[in-house]
Amino acid sequence: MKRFLLTLGATLLIAGCGSTVPLDDVPVLDKAGTSVSQAGAEGGTVGNGGVTSVDLGKSAQPGATPTGPSVVYFDYDSFVIKPEFQSIIETHARFIKAGKTRKVVIEGHTDERGGREYNLALGQKRAEAVRNALGLLGVADGQVEAVSFGKEKPAVTGSDEAAMAKNRRAEISYR
Amino acid sequence: MTFHLFDRLRDTLRFLGLSVLLISGVSAQAQFRVEVAGVGLTQLPIAVASFRGQDAAPQKIAAIVQADLERSGQFRAVDAAGAALDELARPELTGWRQKGADSLVAGSVSRLADGRYDVRFRLWDVVRGQDLGGHSFAVTPSDLRLSAHRIADFIYEKLTGDKGVFSTRIAYVTKAASRYQLWVADADGENAQSALSSPEPIISPAWSPDGGRLAYVSFESRKPVVYTHDVGSGRRRLIANFRGSNSAPAWSPDGRTLAVTLSRDGGSQLYAIDSGGGEPRRLAQSSSIDTEPVYTPDGKYIYFVSDRGGAPQIYKMSSSGGSAERVTFTGSYNISPALSPDGRWLAYISRVSGAFKLQVMELAGGSVTGITETSADERPSFAPNGRLIIYATQLQGREALMTTTLDGKVKARLNGQNGDIREPDWGPFQKQLILKE
Repeated sequence: MKRFLLTLGATLLIAGCGSTVPLDDVPVLDKAGTSVSQAGAEGGTVGNGGVTSVDLGKSAQPGATPTGPSVVYFDYDSFVIKPEFQSIIETHARFIKAGKTRKVVIEGHTDERGGREYNLALGQKRAEAVRNALGLLGVADGQVEAVSFGKEKPAVTGSDEAAMAKNRRAEISYR
Repeated sequence: MTFHLFDRLRDTLRFLGLSVLLISGVSAQAQFRVEVAGVGLTQLPIAVASFRGQDAAPQKIAAIVQADLERSGQFRAVDAAGAALDELARPELTGWRQKGADSLVAGSVSRLADGRYDVRFRLWDVVRGQDLGGHSFAVTPSDLRLSAHRIADFIYEKLTGDKGVFSTRIAYVTKAASRYQLWVADADGENAQSALSSPEPIISPAWSPDGGRLAYVSFESRKPVVYTHDVGSGRRRLIANFRGSNSAPAWSPDGRTLAVTLSRDGGSQLYAIDSGGGEPRRLAQSSSIDTEPVYTPDGKYIYFVSDRGGAPQIYKMSSSGGSAERVTFTGSYNISPALSPDGRWLAYISRVSGAFKLQVMELAGGSVTGITETSADERPSFAPNGRLIIYATQLQGREALMTTTLDGKVKARLNGQNGDIREPDWGPFQKQLILKE
């Protein structure tokens, strides 16, 4: 399905100028506009090329979730799921297994220190740690996707250790 | 007179090895701050006279030209207030020499009947008493800033022998009120035009080698996905939307391939994808994090970040994959490699005593220099002539963009946007403007 959407999206991008293109759940307005006149095309004129703006509107809303907590917190520079979070993972494992069509995304996050891309990779390790823990409890691999937001979506603002501890996390999110 | 005294004071302070903040530019739009630090700077003193007629034009051409030249670190402005000159004038060069100017720029701006502006200028070698040439060109009001950047490029190339980068473009991302925007702006950060507006984060914009497209990571579908985006038409193409995270796009020098980081097979690993889309080819296989690929200018190698040794370090491997060779050895956290266009320099971010600092390594000898006083530096990117680096950092608690010379001696904060500004990428040279003599 994803591949189909991808192909469909790509086809529309190629075929349709100025059409609205569905990309996953998010409405994407593909405002194809005037083409760029590169500098130097005409003698004596200057053109740095126009920029056509694309506006993506609002984010998609999450699906139904089990009651109770859905966030696992991590120590600094760590991907180890601490024992106190095992019960959260067990609750979600039961919920996911009870609905074979349920899709869950584990979103890994980091604190604000360091580069954006490297933090994205660190958050991915946290998300995959939770996915693996769910897998050990019998959750089908096809129902769970591990993704990362790196440091882009902190849960709380602030640069003290208390704030950063709340940001080093993996969120279990239903789609 | 005040300016002249200030110049003297500045020179004295510089001689003493002190830092000075200078405020340049006369209009609010062109105002920026250049920070000069350290001794041993060789800067060409140049006077940029106010262009005749510029007060009636939407842009103060002379101020933009002067600001460009100063930001490059290779020029020092000599006060030209009160001079009534244009490109036709035969300036009294002895007087300018006494003011300390080695070069002089004079010009004019006049409105044409069709609404465009006729911009003309001439550059003088004050020391030799030579006319170094001039040009005229007709531009729309929206291209007046660009014409000023082209003039600065002409002067820069005439006097330094290197191509100027003032008429190139940069991309960056802003975050304001939980709205993320990707911008394309002049190299001085001004004249920003929004390319993408999203409720979710946008990171890692990267210019295609022809300057027509940006690759980036968008979280609009609530996961990281790689797109390319034609900035002229606004047309976007999904490049990598595989299971897991898709990130860190880097263009090959021929523009045909994007190196990306994918987690579709578990962990963050490096792949190559045709820049038009297609099936990814895995470049390397490790049980560690491999990310932030960047091609060498000849396309033969990829530099990247890996924690295979227990901590993130920069490595190098063939661009077709294979075994890797470690490049950084100092410190326990080295990320975000950027290569100069001549392949001589590696810029990257290193954690030093808990602070994240921009470093420059001369690849031939391996010597490393930290060139900033800030503590949250991110994502360096070289200007296409290799003489400046743009990077993100934090100043007074706000995210900001800075440019610096490779020795760190001349830095400038880019204006043009309020709020948090990040993720810069310096675009390639634009196609050359054909100028009329």
